[in-house]
Amino acid sequence: MTSHIRLVWIYPDLLSTYGDQGNVLVLEQRARARGLSVETVHVRSSDPVPEQGDIYLIGGGEDRPQILGAERLRKDGGLHRAVARGAALLAVCAGYQIMGSVFGGEEGQPVSGIGLLDISSARGERRAVGELAAEVDPALGVPTLTGFENHMGVTRLGPGVRPLSRTIIGTGNGDGTEGCYAGKVIGTYLHGPALARNPALADLLLAWTVGPLAPIDDTWYQRLREERLAAVIPG
Amino acid sequence: MSQLPLRAQLASALGRTAATLSRATGRGDGSVIGGRVGLMLEPDLLRQLAADRRLALVSATNGKTTTTRLIASALRQLGEVATNAFGANMPAGHVSALSSAKDAPYAVLEVDEKYLPEVLDTTRAGVVCLMNLSRDQMDRAAEIWLLAQKWRRALAAQQTLVIANCDDPLVAWAASGSSRVSWVAAGQRWREDSWCCPECGGPLDRKGADWACRECAFRRPTPSWVLDGEDVIDPRGQRWRLDLRLPGQANRANAAIALATVAAFGLEPGHALLGLREVTSVAGRYTTVERDGRSLRLLLAKNPAGWLEAFDVADPSLPIILSVNAQGPDGRDTSWLWDVDYRILRGRPVLVTGERRRDLALRLYVAGVPFQLCDSFGQAVAVLPPGRIDVIANYTAFQQIRTEFGRAE
Ligand SMILES: [Zn+2]
Repeated sequence: MTSHIRLVWIYPDLLSTYGDQGNVLVLEQRARARGLSVETVHVRSSDPVPEQGDIYLIGGGEDRPQILGAERLRKDGGLHRAVARGAALLAVCAGYQIMGSVFGGEEGQPVSGIGLLDISSARGERRAVGELAAEVDPALGVPTLTGFENHMGVTRLGPGVRPLSRTIIGTGNGDGTEGCYAGKVIGTYLHGPALARNPALADLLLAWTVGPLAPIDDTWYQRLREERLAAVIPG
Repeated sequence: MSQLPLRAQLASALGRTAATLSRATGRGDGSVIGGRVGLMLEPDLLRQLAADRRLALVSATNGKTTTTRLIASALRQLGEVATNAFGANMPAGHVSALSSAKDAPYAVLEVDEKYLPEVLDTTRAGVVCLMNLSRDQMDRAAEIWLLAQKWRRALAAQQTLVIANCDDPLVAWAASGSSRVSWVAAGQRWREDSWCCPECGGPLDRKGADWACRECAFRRPTPSWVLDGEDVIDPRGQRWRLDLRLPGQANRANAAIALATVAAFGLEPGHALLGLREVTSVAGRYTTVERDGRSLRLLLAKNPAGWLEAFDVADPSLPIILSVNAQGPDGRDTSWLWDVDYRILRGRPVLVTGERRRDLALRLYVAGVPFQLCDSFGQAVAVLPPGRIDVIANYTAFQQIRTEFGRAE
């Protein structure tokens, strides 16, 4: 398999409001720690999305940038072709909603998504802000998710996706599940640097691309995880 | 101000009494509680207290406390100035500031970004200063595109003179809602929130300090005041050396805004600068405190743009202590740590402390910045040899350190 990884960060000029760069940095660090070479492309919203990437990342943002981002991705088509080719994608928060058929705009109006995931989102009653913890689908072999959510979305999963996890604390999709996945596409409401607190999720994306991974020093990741999980999960 | 209606006079006096009691019982400086009591008794109090004064409002994500202080210090040469020196920057704090200086003909109020439209509408201030807008404590603060839009609408509805930084596209867009703007080229270090046009969402092309939208007519307005390194160039082209006692580029930007603001009050830069240079520290920021032979300079950084400013001031040859909390006033979400580029700290001894030190530790580990984790601030200080040390802390971490050192300013 390949020893070179191409990361594509989609629209940091529109959708990187909450430390989303963290996911790029964590993937780079964990790939390099295994001797893989990494090349990262930052794609501005005025530029075409390259099709030859291995892992694509898209982050969170405000309502207007989210709508602009969805329009441009649909017009561009590069991400669709990359995913069809078998590339992996992590879509976070506003980026997660964009992947569905529809999401709620600034006044709650329905805005078309880009249809890469079988989900539909709408604007909920209340903003969900706070720590989130959730048990991941055992099929993925990833331990408890931990992170922070900050969104007003309610997301309904269609038959074409599986829930990524079931919430212990927090709101997630709004029905007791959090995030979803289909093939190599993962969506989550854990905003910002979700991979920093869930390195196994980062490794899942890397393993989808290069196959089984050697263990690496995880000390600082694990210390943060332990602290956060202990702080939010009762007893 | 003596024409204040009886009810307002009473509300204002009772508010001051509440503030005094609050101070006397050790519950803080009293500026918020006093204002709340006053507003409860007379909801129209802020408008009445602001009437008949020459008032400037100061708002921004970063630098509003310092800029308010600079403006007040300069204006004192013209007469008494009412100001919210403790950073109590919502209406209760404004009421308290104005009622504690009833007869001051001038007032300068720092205003929380979210409250600016409301406070402007209530006070009909003659001058509004806007410096910058960037991501800040997103779990509770308004989103900044939305905020800029609210500013824009509020300014369009008033005859206020706006003093605005034309180097920040979001601020320029908000201010251009007004028909009266004095543009100041005060610079913009943090650009991650302004790659796209606030008007149409198109890409902003930048060339040096200049910027313009590729898809619509929105572009950088022409400044009449320019910050050029250590100097400010006024609208007549005259160059003024700032020689501030506050350090760093961000404070020179604050000073440029302050000079343009007090010029609107009739104060020439030559006179204004005398006042600006009297300011040495603001609410403990930039203060040096001493402990066991160590001189600790305290820098406050509340958000990614603030960290860039603090890095600009920090001395690369000194060890540095970083302290991060995530209590309510800090924002409970530490995601922003990933927006800060810490690699500039490579090569310095870096000590990490604060309630969320593990978040910061991982951030530094991924950035390849060697560090030492300390369980307390005191431990971090003790680890370092005697000498000068820089400290960067976010809001409540900063307050904890100040409390430990007795809040001496
Ligand atoms: Zn435009």
